[in-house]
Amino acid sequence: MLEILSYDFMKNALLAGILVSIACGVVGTYVVVKGISFISGSISHAAYGGIGLGYYLGINPMLGATIFTVLSALGMGIVSHKTKQKEDTIIGMMWAVGMALGIIFIKLSPGYTADLMSYLFGSILTVPVGDLWLMLLLDLIIVLIVLLFYESFKLVAFDEEYAETLGLNTLALNLLLLFLIALTVVVMIRAVGIILVIALLTIPAAIARQLSKRLPLMMVLATLLGIVFAIVGLLLSYLWDLPSGATIILCAAGGFIISSLITSNKKTNIPMVSGEVIRK
Amino acid sequence: MDKREKAIEIKNLYVSLNGHLILRDINLDIAQGDFLGIIGPNGGGKSTLLKTILGLIKPDYGSIKILGKGIKKGRHYIGYVPQYAQFDRDFPISVEEVVLQGRLGKRKIIRYSKADLAKVEEILTQLEIDNLYKRQIGELSGGERQRVLVARALASNPKILLLDEPTASTDERFSADFYDLLNILNQTITIVLVSHDISAISTYVKNIACLNHDLFQQGGRDISAELINELYNCPVDLIAHGIPHRVLEAHNGVVNYARNTKL
Repeated sequence: MLEILSYDFMKNALLAGILVSIACGVVGTYVVVKGISFISGSISHAAYGGIGLGYYLGINPMLGATIFTVLSALGMGIVSHKTKQKEDTIIGMMWAVGMALGIIFIKLSPGYTADLMSYLFGSILTVPVGDLWLMLLLDLIIVLIVLLFYESFKLVAFDEEYAETLGLNTLALNLLLLFLIALTVVVMIRAVGIILVIALLTIPAAIARQLSKRLPLMMVLATLLGIVFAIVGLLLSYLWDLPSGATIILCAAGGFIISSLITSNKKTNIPMVSGEVIRK
Repeated sequence: MDKREKAIEIKNLYVSLNGHLILRDINLDIAQGDFLGIIGPNGGGKSTLLKTILGLIKPDYGSIKILGKGIKKGRHYIGYVPQYAQFDRDFPISVEEVVLQGRLGKRKIIRYSKADLAKVEEILTQLEIDNLYKRQIGELSGGERQRVLVARALASNPKILLLDEPTASTDERFSADFYDLLNILNQTITIVLVSHDISAISTYVKNIACLNHDLFQQGGRDISAELINELYNCPVDLIAHGIPHRVLEAHNGVVNYARNTKL
């Protein structure tokens, strides 16, 4: 089993899994408690439009993705701030439009272009070392911003209206959070792909929420769970020769099902326990 | 601060939401030290009025002064207690953390200071919920959660307390305790409370105003039959759905009419 660690690409893949899990655990916790998974999904799919645009214009596709994703994240933030009712529809549309733009730009681009699958599911087994450093830098930025704005983020997630009555700039705080999501998505795309980013953004945090009653604990748990899913997923994909990104996602989904069963069991156990007490 | 300064002064206020006029030419002076209950049917604009005072909704026309200042500066004097039904009960947050939020407004906070923590402990003790401070908010009863929201509002040392339907989903015994608490707080703080529960309000507050798009105020806490008539005159279905018919024993005519209409 351990011989797989002798491969450099495996070591890099594991490191990438850990670095992705830190960003996704911290940012994903806010995504889950604020209930903005849909916006996050839309932001990450809009990134595909940026990648396509990058190819079409002949610039670095990641640069195209960064600009495009950050702008669409801020755009969505402003839309959801201005309109309370049609937010959902507009975000759904941007999701599809981002993808469609990407596909058309890539088709129109001259010469060789990467295929759709590698951006959707990434290629964690071929992460270059330079990307690992970039991911580490991003993790540091995310953790720093969250440490600085921890209390404000928490209040805005819990009770945005009250935050506003206290004079907090809720629009700016929401946009900052969406900016963090956009950064997370962009830097992680090449390594793990659009779909794995959303999966790691939501599933570990959703499990952590079932298991914890405090925000910081939830962030740590979500990060650790993300790392576990990445490692187990990589091992299984190696053993059974499966696509790594998809295997990691299915591991995470399996983890969510198990944790849901355990936590819902806990609740049904309560009458049984009290029943025993009565019998004594 | 000048004691004669009005706590809240509203002049010619018009507010509309989604193109519907919700508040029409509201004029209201609330003196410092007052305990004002604002009653009216659901949809009559009570919450809208509170949210306009807090700057959450922009008025179409008119002015609001809080202790002589505009909304942006004046709302720092206000402690706001929203309806608790709007919260996500599973949110991973403790009672202590919720109450600490009241300290956030005055300055930028990265970590709360010892003074913040001491203030929160003092308030939790005052409201007799200090035993709950490490609990997650979802583990509290409705009444306990309501006290937590009041504690949060008090944490900012407000001069005015605004409460939106504080006893909407709590039992009567809790309501009585809760109004006793408000009466004690009222010794130092101006209180404005919005509710559709006339019976509860009328026993505890100093003054009553009635709001159904228009605002009616007579001074004192007696509500005359004429006022109720004027307030609930046309939209009888509102009184039937919005107001429990056990209230207003003194105004049988009106209430019976409402009850009959409902059936």
